Amino acid sequence: MKSSEKHTITALVEDRAGVLNRISSMFRRRGYNISSLAVGKSESAGLSRMTFVVDGDAKTVEMVVKNLHKLVEVIKVSDISEGNAVSRELALIRVKCDVTSRSEIMQIVDIFRAKIVDVSQDTLIIEVTGNEDKVNSLVDLLGSFGVFEVMRTGTVAMSRRTSFEQDKPVSSPTVLENAS
Amino acid sequence: MIKKGSQIVCESLLREGCNVVFGIPGGAILPLYQALPEYPKLRHILTRHEQGASLAADGYARVTGKPGVAFATSGPGATNLVTGIASAQMDSVPLVIVTGQVNSWAIGSDAFQETDITGITLPITKHNLLVMDASEIATSIKEAFYIANSGRPGPVLVDIPRDVFVQEVEYEEPGELNLPGYSPNFSGHSGQIRKAANLINESEKPVIVAGHGVIISKAYDELKALAEKAQIPVITTLLGISCFPEDHVLWTGWPGMHGMAYSSLAIEEADLIIALGMRFDDRITGNPSKFALNSKKIHIDVDPSEIGKNIAVDVPIVGDVKEVLNRMNNHVVNATHPTWLKRIDVLKEDHPSLQIPETSKLLARQVVKDISDETRGGATIVTGVGQHQMWAAQHYRFKKPGTFLTSGGLGTMGYEVPAAMGAQVADPDSTVWSIAGDGGFQMTLCELATIAENRLPVKFAILNNGFLGMVRQWQEIFFDSSYVSTAYTGNPDFVRLAEAYGIKGIRVTDKTQVKTAIAEAMDHDGPVLVDFIVEQEENVYPMIPSGMTVFDMIEEPVSEKVTT
Repeated sequence: MKSSEKHTITALVEDRAGVLNRISSMFRRRGYNISSLAVGKSESAGLSRMTFVVDGDAKTVEMVVKNLHKLVEVIKVSDISEGNAVSRELALIRVKCDVTSRSEIMQIVDIFRAKIVDVSQDTLIIEVTGNEDKVNSLVDLLGSFGVFEVMRTGTVAMSRRTSFEQDKPVSSPTVLENAS
Repeated sequence: MIKKGSQIVCESLLREGCNVVFGIPGGAILPLYQALPEYPKLRHILTRHEQGASLAADGYARVTGKPGVAFATSGPGATNLVTGIASAQMDSVPLVIVTGQVNSWAIGSDAFQETDITGITLPITKHNLLVMDASEIATSIKEAFYIANSGRPGPVLVDIPRDVFVQEVEYEEPGELNLPGYSPNFSGHSGQIRKAANLINESEKPVIVAGHGVIISKAYDELKALAEKAQIPVITTLLGISCFPEDHVLWTGWPGMHGMAYSSLAIEEADLIIALGMRFDDRITGNPSKFALNSKKIHIDVDPSEIGKNIAVDVPIVGDVKEVLNRMNNHVVNATHPTWLKRIDVLKEDHPSLQIPETSKLLARQVVKDISDETRGGATIVTGVGQHQMWAAQHYRFKKPGTFLTSGGLGTMGYEVPAAMGAQVADPDSTVWSIAGDGGFQMTLCELATIAENRLPVKFAILNNGFLGMVRQWQEIFFDSSYVSTAYTGNPDFVRLAEAYGIKGIRVTDKTQVKTAIAEAMDHDGPVLVDFIVEQEENVYPMIPSGMTVFDMIEEPVSEKVTT
């Protein structure tokens, strides 16, 4: 493992007021650096799942995991950067666009399997989904046309091993159906 | 049964075995106070400052092993608690703090005496809760007690808005707690325990470094069994002091910045460090990258986040020290280590860190030594922070476990007055000596009123050198004796001050009066303050400058100036 790199950590946490504050306060207090953070509801009612991308060496990440665990409202923590995981991020990019550049931009959007979701006189909004590197490359490429605004969700990630195979299910299939 | 929120708080506290509360009332918490007369079994001790309440609760908790409980009102009442809460968090002391909050509908409006105390105490509590409905009080209090005093103990704060205290709800006993994210591990991993025992069996120069965790889990017998079985020298941390009898042949002092030189050197020379319920604090390690590089390390602690935090370890074991030792000792074989123990004796002879120079002057160290002799090492000693704290730790010979109360982690000056009060309330028949500095004592001396009011027979020994002594020492050594803002030229007459509170005061200015004054204080049937006017510029030795190593240690100069 390289001495400093990005690690992806997911945590299952209670969906209560102040939990995000508690977690971010821990990161701040201990001097850990979050490069991205995404939060949303999980498959179980009352529980949220968070994905952190953390900069740091192996020891830092180990301490992040331990200190997350220590918080009463944090139920489960997994460092999934080592294993086989899928990670995705969604970004909206507002790019400058006129008649001369439009077709070139559309080609790039095509190559990246991104979408144009809004068109105005002189700008486009592009929606792209992918891992962080893919989003970075697209933003870089579009830079030459003039990027006005970038809005990124931060990475969400999931281990390829399903919880159904590995551990006991987090919730029953019935609950999952109801949730969907 | 329909009950008010305030009544539910009292019922819940009693159910958790709480019978003493330290605190001060105020607007937001008033409904809770007005319910207290209905619960005579809940003894409330009115402190004179909220910091006194949280620190008294700390002293009470350390003596009883139960969470100390403190009340304060919203806003300034709550913020005044903060130092005591942070102190308890650093030293793993269980507290349950109940604060009043402004009415629930006014939260966030900057109402009179509103402060976001759960926000403020977020990084200095083990957990905290804001209870917005009276129906949640019973469970919240149960949760608070459970979290505060399980795993690695710590403070838990429960903030309750004024209207929730008066809200009437159907009161039910709380059921099983549902805390899926909180499950401290006590037992330790069997494979790791065997690995640790093997390391111990193979080692030639092992040392035990026993911390506060040994006291918290009351693992005294298990520690002694391990040490005696394999003849391992026992070093304690500052907060571990008293966990191992100091008249035992294997007792090897305590290490670090102002610890005994031979303890620090023994750690450095050891081939195995068995760390029990301690956290490799920087006052022990100095520069962590140069700390004890020649040894393997076994680290047993109930808090996984302490393992590998400061020092890399070879065999980590997450678990309660008592439980783990109980199992590990079975795998440890009898050993004698004669060469190693002889080496320790040589270190002790070559570095007699505890000698007191021959002098006619009144040295602070002499006072501590005389208190130690007069109480035969059996008193509860409470200190503040600074030189007097180090001298107390160095020169008092503790014979009873759990009798040294000091603010180790946060280093809270002023701890000595309220914590001594809490310790005396916890065990009314014990002899409690508060060894204080003239600086720290003045930070919390308002609690003398509480002590007088409750007739608590605490004995205060102020080692009065007219300085913030430890800071002055740093100025002497690192800043060419430039004593900026450390001389206390405006000290009160402490004897008359004590008398103003109705407390007996004694002044000692001469070495020959020390023992008599201590005996007189002990004979007196109530609180006593003894003002020892000690040498002003006595230094604490040895000293390892911050961030340095044991090889940079400054030992006491032969011609210490106080002896001239």
